Amino acid sequence: MLSIKNLHAAIEGKEILKGIDLEVKPGEVHAIMGPNGSGKSTLSQVLAGNDSYEVTGGEVILDGKNLLEMETEERAREGVFLAFQYPVEIPGVSNLQFLKTALNSIRKHHGQNEINAVEFMKLAREKARQVNLDESFLKRGVNEGFSGGEKKRNEIMQMLLMEPKLAILDETDSGLDIDALKTVADGVNALRSPDRSVIMVTHYQRLLSYIVPDYVHVLAGGRIIKSGGRELALELEAKGYGWLGINETATAG
Amino acid sequence: MADGNKPVKELIKREYEHGFVTEIEADTFEPGLNEDVIRRLSAIKNEPEFMLEWRLKAYRKWLEMTEPEWAHVHFPKIDYNSISYYSAPKSKADAPKSLDEVDPELLRTYEKLGIPLHERAKLAGVAVDAVFDSVSVTTTFKEQLTEAGVIFCPISEAVHKHPELIKKYLGTVVPTGDNYFAALNSAVFSDGSFVYIPEGVRCPLELSTYFRINAANTGQFERTLIIADKGSYVSYLEGCTAPMRDENQLHAAVVELVALDDAQIKYSTVQNWYPGDENGKGGIYNFVTKRGACIGRNSKISWTQVETGSAITWKYPSCVLRGENSVGEFYSVALTNNMQQADTGTKMIHLGKNTRSTIISKGISAGRSNNSYRGLVRFGPNAKGARNFTQCDSLLIGDQCGAHTFPYIESKNPSAIVEHEATTSKVSDEQLFLCRQRGIDPEQAVSMIVNGFCKEVFKELPMEFAVEATKLLEVSLEGSVG
Repeated sequence: MLSIKNLHAAIEGKEILKGIDLEVKPGEVHAIMGPNGSGKSTLSQVLAGNDSYEVTGGEVILDGKNLLEMETEERAREGVFLAFQYPVEIPGVSNLQFLKTALNSIRKHHGQNEINAVEFMKLAREKARQVNLDESFLKRGVNEGFSGGEKKRNEIMQMLLMEPKLAILDETDSGLDIDALKTVADGVNALRSPDRSVIMVTHYQRLLSYIVPDYVHVLAGGRIIKSGGRELALELEAKGYGWLGINETATAG
Repeated sequence: MADGNKPVKELIKREYEHGFVTEIEADTFEPGLNEDVIRRLSAIKNEPEFMLEWRLKAYRKWLEMTEPEWAHVHFPKIDYNSISYYSAPKSKADAPKSLDEVDPELLRTYEKLGIPLHERAKLAGVAVDAVFDSVSVTTTFKEQLTEAGVIFCPISEAVHKHPELIKKYLGTVVPTGDNYFAALNSAVFSDGSFVYIPEGVRCPLELSTYFRINAANTGQFERTLIIADKGSYVSYLEGCTAPMRDENQLHAAVVELVALDDAQIKYSTVQNWYPGDENGKGGIYNFVTKRGACIGRNSKISWTQVETGSAITWKYPSCVLRGENSVGEFYSVALTNNMQQADTGTKMIHLGKNTRSTIISKGISAGRSNNSYRGLVRFGPNAKGARNFTQCDSLLIGDQCGAHTFPYIESKNPSAIVEHEATTSKVSDEQLFLCRQRGIDPEQAVSMIVNGFCKEVFKELPMEFAVEATKLLEVSLEGSVG
């Protein structure tokens, strides 16, 4: 599915990722943990194609295709989905219109017809229900006036609608109360299947109680310094990052 | 963030679609303006004496006036003697009676513009009085209108056929000496549209006029007069495009609307004159006076405009609310790109009791352009219980453009109520990234964001115009992303 080799990336000339290696196979859920400023969010943004970041070395292959050579929108059409940590508002553009345009762009890319309006409404309603968002949110402007939790659920709703091959969740759990966290986790779990993969970037292990990962990686100073199974997260929770030799406040970016 | 702005910048490059020049023979005056030119113009049009007098009076006033300088726009001084004040397609002696007689080159021009002159065209149901330079070429759907008693003809024709209406109303809303450009227009206007809707008639069609400036170095001074008699209704659509030229062209039009008791006029404009190139070379100076008078009780005038063209726009479609309970509305989208400058807005003059007005203005600035909203809301001493609501939003694309708001409020009646809201926002790289991350083309994304911003105004446009306006914004923001 996804193969990251020796990935380096910088923003405004400052190197943040200093050689990331990661293999994600179909059906797997990988959690990326690490202290603030370790490069977790940078990794998500670089994979999704945010051109504020400059890739300075390495390669990323998605199903045999060079991801780094693709435009942001091409990556999305190839099945890369990023659930944003801070989703922006687009006033006046309804969630429905936005999602329909997005879905049709992806369908077009795969040689499929545009989805008809009735079918789309049905689908959108179903997905909104799945994340406990009232139908009225579909008609509101994208994230316009949504609370923090509503924005995150809206991201998961979009993910369910797009059915991506590779879902990247960038601190989707931050700022969520326990009910919203469960809703989000249910959404992600519903998406899990043998041909889809998930990369979860998170600061806390509590999300991992609801979405059980196959692998846990610790990112620090722009490199993955330790990998393991589910138990690694529990160990991190118990001991903190200190035992790995990471000074939590020293890293930056 | 070194490259952070790049996508937005690329997106706002655009090319003008209607920039072709039609090669047809034309009768054109030598450049220059004096009383003789006005006499010749009037003579060519075979005008009655009262029109010539009216023009000369306006011209003498104009000579004593000076160009307004208060607008937030900058341009080199205009030499009014370097402009030709009349240009007409050659065949005017035996004016075309049907489409078959119209110069095929001209028809092709209209085709390129997408104007459906033919009755079988998709806009069936819209009567088009097409003004090509200075002479109205063809008018369709006349019969249906005649049946309803509606008069819809070139104003030059109305001067002959309906002098009583012209004498009664011409210049009553925009007096000859109202402002510099209105005075110039009054002196030299060559043609335009005239509409009269009789008492109690709901105009069976949406009336539509497309104006087009073609001949080089020619100012276009059209004049439109619309009168809605008691209890009548009319919706009027105006679209404008002009070819690409290196030199600037002047366009100084006047539109007057009169609504009597219980009458309603809805006037919609899509203005796409040539805006000049990326560096501000060429383009139309669009100095236009549009004003409606609600002289009757319960009358209503509604202006909707989508302004994407012209190098400079100076335009304030206004309402004088004289009749009790009369209503004025102004819905506007003004988009400027590259080096374009727009100073546009409205005036709502509340004179009668319980008069109400609504102003919704959306300004979009891209490139190195400057976009200003200027609005006046005035309540006279008798405007008891009058109220206004103003909402004025600006959207910036990129970081080299400007948006400005100049609201003026004057109240001589303590019972009048004004509400004013204003916002400024930006099409951000984050918004663009979100759209692209969901698989949406960057161009489509910008156009979606901009259309979302304009939604409140677009919903006021007649259906086919709304589609055109949406497309026009897309074209106007089109770039070379690839």
